[in-house]
Amino acid sequence: MADNRSKMAGQDENRASIHARRAIAYIVLILVSFLCLFWFYVLFINATRAHSELTKGFTAIPSTHLLENWINLKNGTLPIFNGIINSLFIAIATAALATYFSTMTAYAIHAYDFKFKNFIFTFILMIMMIPTQVTALGFLQLIGKMNLDDSFVPLIVPAVASPSVFFYMKQYMDSTLPLSLVEAARIDGSGEFRTFNQIVIPLMKPAIAVQAIFSFVGSWNNYFTPALVLHTDTKKTLPILIAQLRSADWLKFDMGQVYTMIAFSIFPVIVVYLLLSRYIVGGVTLGGVKG
Amino acid sequence: MKRKLLGIMLSTTMVAGMLSACGSTTTTTTTTSETTTEAAPAEESKAEETKAEEPKAEETTTEAAAPAADEGKVLNIYAWNEEFKSRLTDHYPGYTEVDATTGTIGDVTVKWNITPSTDNAYQNNLDENLLKQADAAADDKIDIFLVEADYALKYVDTDFTAAVSDFGITDADVANQYKYTQDVMTDSKGVLKGVSWQGCPGVLIYNREAAKEVLGSDDPAEVQKAVKDWDTFSATADAMKAAGYNMTASTNDSYRVFSNNVSGKWVQNDKVVIDDNIMKWVELAKKMADEKMTSTNDLWSDDWSKGFYPDGKVFCYFGPAWLVNFCMAADVEGSIANLGGWGATEGPQGFFWGGTWICGATGTDNPTLVGDIMRQLTCNEDIMLDIVAKDSDFVNNKPAMEKAANDDAYAFAVFGGQNPLGMFCKGAENCDLSNQSAYDQGCNEEFQRAMKNYFDGNATLEEALDIFKKAVVEKYPNLTAE
Amino acid sequence: MKKKSKVVSYNKWGYIFLIPFVVVYLIFQMIPLVSTIYNSFFENYRSGLLQIGPNFVGLKNYATIITNGDLPTYFKNTMIMWIMGFVPQIILSLLLGAWFTDPSLRLKCQGFFKTVIYMPNLIMASAFSMLFFTLFANSGPINSLLLNMGVITEAYKFMSHVWSVRTLVAFMNCVMWFGNTTILLMAGMMGIDPSLFEAAQVDGATATQIFYKITLPLLKPILIFVMITSLIGGLQMFDVPQILTNGSGDPTRTSMTLIMYLNKHLFSKNYGLAGALSVYMFVITGILSLIVFKFTNSKDSK
Repeated sequence: MADNRSKMAGQDENRASIHARRAIAYIVLILVSFLCLFWFYVLFINATRAHSELTKGFTAIPSTHLLENWINLKNGTLPIFNGIINSLFIAIATAALATYFSTMTAYAIHAYDFKFKNFIFTFILMIMMIPTQVTALGFLQLIGKMNLDDSFVPLIVPAVASPSVFFYMKQYMDSTLPLSLVEAARIDGSGEFRTFNQIVIPLMKPAIAVQAIFSFVGSWNNYFTPALVLHTDTKKTLPILIAQLRSADWLKFDMGQVYTMIAFSIFPVIVVYLLLSRYIVGGVTLGGVKG
Repeated sequence: MKRKLLGIMLSTTMVAGMLSACGSTTTTTTTTSETTTEAAPAEESKAEETKAEEPKAEETTTEAAAPAADEGKVLNIYAWNEEFKSRLTDHYPGYTEVDATTGTIGDVTVKWNITPSTDNAYQNNLDENLLKQADAAADDKIDIFLVEADYALKYVDTDFTAAVSDFGITDADVANQYKYTQDVMTDSKGVLKGVSWQGCPGVLIYNREAAKEVLGSDDPAEVQKAVKDWDTFSATADAMKAAGYNMTASTNDSYRVFSNNVSGKWVQNDKVVIDDNIMKWVELAKKMADEKMTSTNDLWSDDWSKGFYPDGKVFCYFGPAWLVNFCMAADVEGSIANLGGWGATEGPQGFFWGGTWICGATGTDNPTLVGDIMRQLTCNEDIMLDIVAKDSDFVNNKPAMEKAANDDAYAFAVFGGQNPLGMFCKGAENCDLSNQSAYDQGCNEEFQRAMKNYFDGNATLEEALDIFKKAVVEKYPNLTAE
Repeated sequence: MKKKSKVVSYNKWGYIFLIPFVVVYLIFQMIPLVSTIYNSFFENYRSGLLQIGPNFVGLKNYATIITNGDLPTYFKNTMIMWIMGFVPQIILSLLLGAWFTDPSLRLKCQGFFKTVIYMPNLIMASAFSMLFFTLFANSGPINSLLLNMGVITEAYKFMSHVWSVRTLVAFMNCVMWFGNTTILLMAGMMGIDPSLFEAAQVDGATATQIFYKITLPLLKPILIFVMITSLIGGLQMFDVPQILTNGSGDPTRTSMTLIMYLNKHLFSKNYGLAGALSVYMFVITGILSLIVFKFTNSKDSK
């Protein structure tokens, strides 16, 4: 009885504190959202302003030069539409390869027992620690030798071995993928490869969506490697074209165009992100595996 | 077919490189890696062309009338922006644009290889391709590349750049050019290796309003008295401060004026030497920064360009014609330039800022065409006058510019109707660039960067100099700085 | 006997599934890595168009980096800026993650908030730094705002003070990456069986208790992942300070990170020094990751 009462009191307290906590949560969330969206606002404002206005400093009100900037950009010599297609192709392929094969690798470590399992796990973790820039010089030499210079291959294929995506998948499987499911599939006579594709992959959807976004965005915004590898104008990705626009000569240098180009190149990522994020935000809550 | 062959050739070089002594492995392979870079795009078009043109070239060499008939069919031009491309398109007779990166001159295809200079990408790309120039297929060889003054000697003082005389450019051809534009392109043996169609002499561009208020007159001759040397310049800065004006927008504004007038090279016997004149700049800049007569903002930053407007309260900028014509917001209502509120005077010392030079690469398969492009764009007075008219460049031709200097039609609206070309001409004559070194770009950049720490009070002079030395040796590990 | 052979035949699939990763890794990462290490024993750089080396110099490059004091300085800078950004980042992420997954809070517009928090990461780091540079310029909007509010009497030079530059870098990293961390944590939190929360609520556990007793322990694998990847990301910090300080790491190189330093050597194609620096970085990262691993695993009472 007494026990029951204290529990009731606790719940009353809870209710009061929930209101307070909810209020705090909303305030923090609104602040945070402002902090996140503010930059897009600034970018958009700047994209609508002419170069001369931009040199004058910052204003909070959009100007009227968006269309003009866009037309200048479109009629300029940079192949921006090729750029967007190249960027899209590379980013989608990277995201697909990275998530699929990393899940496969993680599954190999998670579901099977074999001799070098621990060694390979540790080894992959060690790979993760090597910064891209560290091996950049060697990487360039290599793709030169393989005749892959100015090709998309060195930008896409290495994604198959993405240690950090692998690590995430592995950790996710540890907390959500029970081996009993795999056993059950085996008893039902499912082949290993089929089990992976038809049972494991669907269960990993939330993790895959998360890493697909990350890989996509990472590849989309990558300047370092593409700048080393791509040389033909029509093969270049958007970040390189932006850099090219920014180093234009003084006769053509136009910050308005630079900002418009940045806004233009962010747009597709936002679309892709919103598509995938809806899937994450809405779908995951129900997708939790009981374990 | 040809593509495959080249591929095999490349891979053999590669293997050879790998098998040769470990010592040379890296060099060889780096070079090869870049070979493919340029080879790939060039080959594609070549594959198409060769089908049609190769037999013709072999069988009918005598028949063709064009001077380039026995020469390569592809002219490769390396640049960091599109300025030269638009000059060639607009002014070179016979150039036809095909698309953004190709054009034609007669039956020669012009291929533009444009790499932005951001992060040194232009030079990196150029370096790799120059280093494998000897092994490249004729149509892949670099024919023309462009350089800026700050790093010109890096290329000019090597065998990768051919003398302009190799392209038939004689001393008489270039007699009308400003001497400084040739100083920049003269190698350590005294051979001229590049030419430019522009001159970029600078003047002191002053705010007429401030001049009237503080100096009592905005007449160029009167203002010149107040800035005729660095001591009076410094005294005027005091007066400007009292009236609420910054003397210059940034400490870096005057850097170029000092660094263009040094008594020795940045690097002597592989040792970094800081010239007295550079230290004079440090002294002046520190004084001006400490007494808040100027800021330590980077050039081109938003803070720096505040002075383009009356509210920015900046007395003067140092710059060439293009700065005031194109960068000082002349098209924006309310800017000083728009109101015609700037004046020009010679200032304490002559200097130049900017400019693009045309170099012919050693091993080019189109020497006649390269020579003709150089001659037309940099020696042909008619074409050069056309450039003045259409592009507002200050061209590298003394008689043409002197004519313009005495012609009221060339008065600058931004200067309130003053025709400053005479001053620019004088400035161009007075520039002395015999003390350039191949390391200027790195030294100038790192020096200004390091000194900012001193001006901002974050480091002592010694500490700032140490940062500079460290940074230079990082860039050029073969140098010593102690 | 029969059963055992079946297990073995399953386990061979472990190897098969590893093939793509291992093959690609060996080609695209192992070879460059080996050549990087190999190069670290040579004097090999370019000055202008002049190639110097490669000449075998043994451990000289390693000694150079240690003796001129660069490595410890830039390591310290990197860690300071990382910690300044990571601490608020992980706290914010855990808080948001807990709120979003707390069934008792029933926050509205969750979809909107969850979507928005990751968005800063969509902007290229270079564009983001460019914006910050403009906003925090001496005569930029932030300074005019502060001046108008009377907080300061003279424009504050954000780019000329050690701690303001470091704070800006940390702040930018935090804003760019907290959404990423939150999403990772949330995905982990959502993977937790909801019936556990329900059971705890029925037993009268408070939200705080639920968070510490249920969420955190079950989240550990993901937390370790976040910590380690963030640490590695932090050690690789490059574009933000590079662009914000124009590659100088000023004032007086106090915001120069290890990779920015490495980048300086890439300018002269200095395979030797860059290689040695890379090997050092590899070792440092390895040691730090090991510490994080041990630290987080030692709490495990199992």
